[in-house]
Amino acid sequence: MSSTDTAWTTVDVGSELPPLELPPISRTTLALFAGASGDHNPIHIDLDVAKSAGLPDVFAHGMLSMAYLGRLLTGWAPQQRLRSWSVRFAAITPVHGQPTCRGRVTAIDEVDGERIATVELGVTLADGTLTLAGDARIALA
Amino acid sequence: MIDRSFIGRETSSFEAVAERGRLRFFAHAIGEQDPVYSDLDAARAAGHGDLPVPPTFLFGLDVERPDSFAYVGEMGIDLRHVLHGEQSFAYHRVAVAGEPLRFRSRIADLFEKKGGALQFVVREIAVTDGDDAPVADLRTTIVVRDPRAGA
Repeated sequence: MSSTDTAWTTVDVGSELPPLELPPISRTTLALFAGASGDHNPIHIDLDVAKSAGLPDVFAHGMLSMAYLGRLLTGWAPQQRLRSWSVRFAAITPVHGQPTCRGRVTAIDEVDGERIATVELGVTLADGTLTLAGDARIALA
Repeated sequence: MIDRSFIGRETSSFEAVAERGRLRFFAHAIGEQDPVYSDLDAARAAGHGDLPVPPTFLFGLDVERPDSFAYVGEMGIDLRHVLHGEQSFAYHRVAVAGEPLRFRSRIADLFEKKGGALQFVVREIAVTDGDDAPVADLRTTIVVRDPRAGA
């Protein structure tokens, strides 16, 4: 789905964004994301460091899940319309975790001459664990 | 407890450029298949002057500074005990590949919960362009779990 497919006239409170289902997060994805994003914190890529911190394994960057949410948003609306967004990282995403990103319009308000949709955001794993929660403000056409 | 005198501390200003190749690598790493993020013609057709810098990428450009985690060390925090707590972005416009971007950050707040077992560091980062016009404002909250406090 590309953002041009969204029928803006039908967007209303309660409208749901098409969910974005991701494959399980592999160690390769974590290594690529560390290099591509610039976040080189070894806790995400080096098992020795994770174990030295008392963890059983490495875990995914929170910003990887937020980047997936970014895909959900820019797949729905052109990036120029994304005004602001905020997330809270509610739980760690373990390696092999399988995230699904969801969004739902919870309000539409007139702000500075623009119609702004507030989109409630969530990322959950296959076992139902909520890993990210937040919201975005997106200008409708 | 982290020394509260760190509140207001500014880190050195830092200039960075999102290169096209790096943005294509990022798109690959996150499985982004929308050609707007990797194909220059598609980006231009979508109204961007070059490949757009995707919504979360500015965070990575900031942490890429050579001393990105220095402030953590100066506060006496062990990076292994750090979790990302919250993250927000507000945009003034979409940044694109190749343009110089300047990052200025300051420690906005420090607080603790659970009797010090969880400590919170809030950083605000302002991103401006070559004309010193605002591009985006980021707010990052990190959580430090202090194992000595028995969380």
